[in-house]
Amino acid sequence: MNVLRWTSCLLLLAVSIPIHAADSVSVYTKGGANPAAMACITCHGAEGEGMGAAGFPRLGGLSAEYMKKQLTDFASGERANPIMQPIAAALSAEEAHAVSTMLADKPWPAVERVGRAAAALGVGEILALRGAWERNIPECVACHGPGGVGVGEAFPPLAGQSTQYIAAQLNAWRQGARNNDPNDLMGHIARKLTDAEVGAVAQYFAGLAEKGAGQ
Amino acid sequence: MRMRIKPLLLIALALSASAEDIVMEDQSQIVTGAVVGAGVHDFRPPLESALSDNAYGKLVQEGRAVFVDTRNRAPEFVGNGLACANCHLEQGRKANSAPLWAAYTMYPAYRSKNDRVNSYVERIQGCFQFSMNGTAPPADGPVIAALSAYSYWLATGAPTGQELPGRGYPAVPEPSDGYDLVQGEQIYASQCAVCHGDNGQGQKSGDDYVFPPLWGADSFNWGAGMHRINTAAAFIKESMPLGKGGSLSDAQAWHVAAYMNSHERPQDPRLIDGSVEKTRDKYHANDGENLYGKTVNGQMLGKGM
Repeated sequence: MNVLRWTSCLLLLAVSIPIHAADSVSVYTKGGANPAAMACITCHGAEGEGMGAAGFPRLGGLSAEYMKKQLTDFASGERANPIMQPIAAALSAEEAHAVSTMLADKPWPAVERVGRAAAALGVGEILALRGAWERNIPECVACHGPGGVGVGEAFPPLAGQSTQYIAAQLNAWRQGARNNDPNDLMGHIARKLTDAEVGAVAQYFAGLAEKGAGQ
Repeated sequence: MRMRIKPLLLIALALSASAEDIVMEDQSQIVTGAVVGAGVHDFRPPLESALSDNAYGKLVQEGRAVFVDTRNRAPEFVGNGLACANCHLEQGRKANSAPLWAAYTMYPAYRSKNDRVNSYVERIQGCFQFSMNGTAPPADGPVIAALSAYSYWLATGAPTGQELPGRGYPAVPEPSDGYDLVQGEQIYASQCAVCHGDNGQGQKSGDDYVFPPLWGADSFNWGAGMHRINTAAAFIKESMPLGKGGSLSDAQAWHVAAYMNSHERPQDPRLIDGSVEKTRDKYHANDGENLYGKTVNGQMLGKGM
């Protein structure tokens, strides 16, 4: 009887240790144990909704695996970013895991699921729904899903992010500051895009979530 | 006299009805001769923006919608997770990716194997029965009307009865020492799994397949042209990974095509007397390179699922 009670006590301890080791809400709102791991909330908003106009992305509702990979890549410099590099480098693996898991549970905004069957007018919409195959650019929705809602761990949602953030990422790939996509699947496309196309396609996907929110 | 013939007629009808369940029995590879120099003088299909906003334009657009979103637009005829546009890239427009404009003008076509002439409608119905592992849409129904109109429009200005450069998938020579499933598995893991999943299952967003399943119950069946390793290698070399066509070597395309097609998938609907051996002898033995009815890693393939 005693043995059983001790065993269950130990089991309970074992289960609760990781949770206490990194309190996700505390990491998000106050920062990590290392002071250089500054609080996420300052730039990414109370609910992880981001600050669109300033280019800080929405995190709430992203895949946890995707976010953990980004933190690792910020730290290593594969995704070069002067703000996130020191923060990601200062977060412990447990803290990164805890805060990513907590954010992944939050809802992503409603998005109109526009697919390839829809009509396409204008530069951004044509890139998104038809691609530019004469340059081997597939339809954005062929990987990011209808409405750019995101697919699995490797293809993040586009609609729901701001024009500023989407354009900044495409430009980071074009300039070689971001190199952390699987097999250069995004990089080779971004490098073929013009400035006007980057702006138009970023605006197109940002607009889908605004339409979704209005419904 | 009349009364005596009737039962015989009925029996004949009943027999032919089961054979006619399969609209286009001969699914063997079409040998194309015009792919040399492809890319130089490729036919250009008309631009979508040039399509008229009238009844014809609307029917063409319906066909395009069925083509890219087949599961949602023609659900009663689709038995798996695929859409036409999964194998015919750029909505059936892309040269060397089996474009519709190069196919439409080659029908009706005589096939010597069964001494039959197949129409373009039958060709599309064949796609539904094999590649889509489903059932043939009625020849006079809205799905065929829309897909035929879309194909016809894409072929605007193309000469009939002439093989156009860009037809089909350009053949890729088999490696001199054959294909290798172990290398294929490694290529799959590093190049394909990020989209198609660790086990070829594809990836969904909600109910929609974004990345098609490559084997298993939701993929094309053993009668589809893509089950041939040589056909799959040609498709992969030209178009995979999506947007990075031509990045694999010929040998890599063969290895990974063989790996994909060394997995179980739905049964060939032409199955004869429940026998994989008989079906292999009749339909697979002389149809390119394929593993139907062959034993891989101790398992005979072709049992279906």
